[in-house]
Amino acid sequence: MSEPRHFRRILWIWLVVSVVATLLVVLVAAPGLPPGKSSAEGTGQVVDNTVLLGISTPIAVAIFVYFAYALIAFRHRGPELEEGVAIRGNNRVQITWIVVTSAIVLFAAVYGTIRLLNNGSGGGQGSDPIAKPSGNPLQIQVIAQQWAFTYRFPSFGGVETAHLELPVDRDVELHVTSLDAIHSFWAHDLGVKADANPGVDNVAYVRPTETRSFDIRCAELCGLWHGHMFDTGEVVSDGAFLAWIRGQQRIFAPATAQLPPYRTRYEPDPQRRAG
Amino acid sequence: MNAELTARPLWRRLLGFNLLTGIILGVVGFYFGWWLGHQIHAKSLEYFADTNQNDVALLLGYLFLVIGFLIGLGFAKYPLSRVLGRDHSHHENEGGGIGRYFGVSSDHKVIGMQYLVGIGVFFFIGGLNAMLIRAELLRPSPQLFGAGNYLTIVGLHGAMMMGIMSSAVLGPFANYFVPLMIGAKRMAFPRVEALTFWLLMAAGVIFVSTIFFGGFPTGWTGYAPLNNEANFGFDSYIFFFALVGLSMTLLGLNLITTMVTMRAPGLTWGRLPIFCWGVLGTSALMVLAAPVLIAALLMVAFDRSVQTSFFLSSSGGSPYLFENLFWFFGHPEVYVLALPGMGIILEILPVFSRKPLWGYRLAVAGILGVTLLSFFVWQHHLFVSGINSALRPFYMLSTEVISIPTGFIFLVGMATLWRAKIRYTVPMLFCLAWFFNFFIGGVSGVFLSDTPSDVSTHGSFFVMAHFHYTIMGGLVFAFFAAIYYWVPKMTGFRFNELLSKIHFWAMFIAFNSTFAPLFALGLMGMPRRVVTYPDHLQALNIWVSVSAFVLGASMLVFLANVVYSMVIARKPAEANPWHSKSLEWQLPTPVPVHNFDRIPVIDSDPYDYGVPPTPPRPMPTGAPGIATYPDNK
Repeated sequence: MSEPRHFRRILWIWLVVSVVATLLVVLVAAPGLPPGKSSAEGTGQVVDNTVLLGISTPIAVAIFVYFAYALIAFRHRGPELEEGVAIRGNNRVQITWIVVTSAIVLFAAVYGTIRLLNNGSGGGQGSDPIAKPSGNPLQIQVIAQQWAFTYRFPSFGGVETAHLELPVDRDVELHVTSLDAIHSFWAHDLGVKADANPGVDNVAYVRPTETRSFDIRCAELCGLWHGHMFDTGEVVSDGAFLAWIRGQQRIFAPATAQLPPYRTRYEPDPQRRAG
Repeated sequence: MNAELTARPLWRRLLGFNLLTGIILGVVGFYFGWWLGHQIHAKSLEYFADTNQNDVALLLGYLFLVIGFLIGLGFAKYPLSRVLGRDHSHHENEGGGIGRYFGVSSDHKVIGMQYLVGIGVFFFIGGLNAMLIRAELLRPSPQLFGAGNYLTIVGLHGAMMMGIMSSAVLGPFANYFVPLMIGAKRMAFPRVEALTFWLLMAAGVIFVSTIFFGGFPTGWTGYAPLNNEANFGFDSYIFFFALVGLSMTLLGLNLITTMVTMRAPGLTWGRLPIFCWGVLGTSALMVLAAPVLIAALLMVAFDRSVQTSFFLSSSGGSPYLFENLFWFFGHPEVYVLALPGMGIILEILPVFSRKPLWGYRLAVAGILGVTLLSFFVWQHHLFVSGINSALRPFYMLSTEVISIPTGFIFLVGMATLWRAKIRYTVPMLFCLAWFFNFFIGGVSGVFLSDTPSDVSTHGSFFVMAHFHYTIMGGLVFAFFAAIYYWVPKMTGFRFNELLSKIHFWAMFIAFNSTFAPLFALGLMGMPRRVVTYPDHLQALNIWVSVSAFVLGASMLVFLANVVYSMVIARKPAEANPWHSKSLEWQLPTPVPVHNFDRIPVIDSDPYDYGVPPTPPRPMPTGAPGIATYPDNK
């Protein structure tokens, strides 16, 4: 009995399955994936994930098809112990594999870097961000402390609010800092995440593109009530935002007078001990 | 145990150096250190008066506990007899009898068994914590433990699994089988080998004792400055992880030295079993990475006890320093968990494929490549932390590049199956499951390494699912492959086939059913280590919890299998049940105390399976009890 042409069979199965699977994943599944399209950053991440899924689906299909085929076709039959074929290597296969995987990896890294230059893709970039939006973004400071976020608006008299509202279709520059432990400001629906470190100004950009409410959670373990450190923000129209912030300025005027002057970082209490 | 020793009265034997005296002196040492710490505290550190938590006392207590424990075990005997000029030529506990397992032994096979049981105990404690976590997460708001205890349970689970389990393969299997595979009679430093085991056991007990001191809220990462404000239960974490680091460093040094200097004649680097290469890479990581952890934890201990400020930004320190030091250890650490798995898989695959290992050099290059690259990727844990953002593309590249050598392992594994005669034994099933799990873990890692994509998944359940796929799906599946493959050689008894297969299938299905939905939970916005979550995620969380309980139950099946096969049924295993050509299987079962009467001479790698057959190797001269190579039929 001559050996069937295993490689050709695997190649055909892979080709058919991977074309179908990749089309399904890229066109049907990926566009609906979180974080969704409520901000420029979120949309960018969905595109990024779609590209990565488009690359990894045929790879996954190749691996699974190969294993499924090999485990069935090359299984041992009968009670006698039989030997396989004594092949110890194949230079052409090795070189092809190395070249293909290297090319995929280089493409992924270059592509990721290009996407990253797009305003940092919503990630915290530290105090000296490289990728910034052009124009004049709205500055908002996110102050994390155990176990709540507050928000300061330097362009509105340095008022500090306990609630976050963002204007739609406008670049926002978030300055994330902490007063005690390390926290992380995560607005999941907007695709924004930036760690809040004590004594550090961590800048992230976001441009909301639809009016909606969004969840805010702390994404870095920060002590006892970490699990309860969440909040809901709102993306509203420009006019509604102005009305809201002017109202906050009025309400909190006495409190604002007591606050330290606006700075990008504050000194936490070093002797603090808590759960 | 020699005749003179057994002739001693019972009380004399109990008071000899063994586990009992170790525990007694350990407790005495703890209270001495505790007392000493309070003396220092009363005189100089007024700060602690407010908190009623004396970190100095607890740290000193643990320090003297370890010293007392080691002296009680008999570790002082050898150095003292050297100093006093007495006879020091004896070897500890190399005879027969169950007593050798309860004290210091210089037989690597005894230590391997000690490791296997000791690590198994802590693996079950860690697993029990996972069950508690999943029980708590059945409901979206705290119900069983409350926020503080929940975080302690999360931290216990995480650090126990990352700390103790980093020696899960090297402790039992490398200690036991590396000397057998390289044709050595013992390890290079037998007493150091025993020390690594007892340090690890002391570490585990110290860590569990955190529950008496209020637990700790930091998770396994222990970030500053949270670690500075944490209760003094955090001192248990510091001491635990530092001891684990010390144990890892010594274990790695011992294994490297053994493999470099004690290989049998003819066992060139090109013939070294691939498992040994995996162990070598892991050991290098342990030796280079673990000391960084010890240093970082020492600095944390100083910050907490004598008011230094290495990691306090308000006094000139930086929490980033801790994050960097921690992950400079922490990332190689995850490869400490992954590499031995790769070694085991590639070692077992040829045996049950009946083929030579395909691309031996590529496999070695893969292992060494991962070893080297793992030191250059640690800042991907800090992509959104606000550290110099110009470095992010570099760490994205280096992280993605590490998938190239990992890909070598996959190619070698896949090509070894090409035109094989695959036998579906239980170790082989675990190997194949490894490829499935590790592939999913690896592909999800590509999304995490991509910085824009990572912004949303960082710190979420997506990460959690990813590293459980690589560590549990990788290390633990390989660990069980190794157990089913090698334990018959270690104990002389074979496992019950039916129970083993039930264990495998239950574990494999429940594992995937537990961790695959966690990817979805992470994408839907659930952060790690939270005790509360939005109501609409409850259905998925219940699914995960129930699957996790099944996964836990599959471990009980394993336990039942061990008890039934090793204690009740005790069916003797053949000397070479798998028809392996590797050197360790050519020895009789049980393996003689000094392994080889005469050191064997090696003239090929251990993978000469397959047709056309390569000419038979000459006998490893001096392997006792074997006249010819086992027939392959």
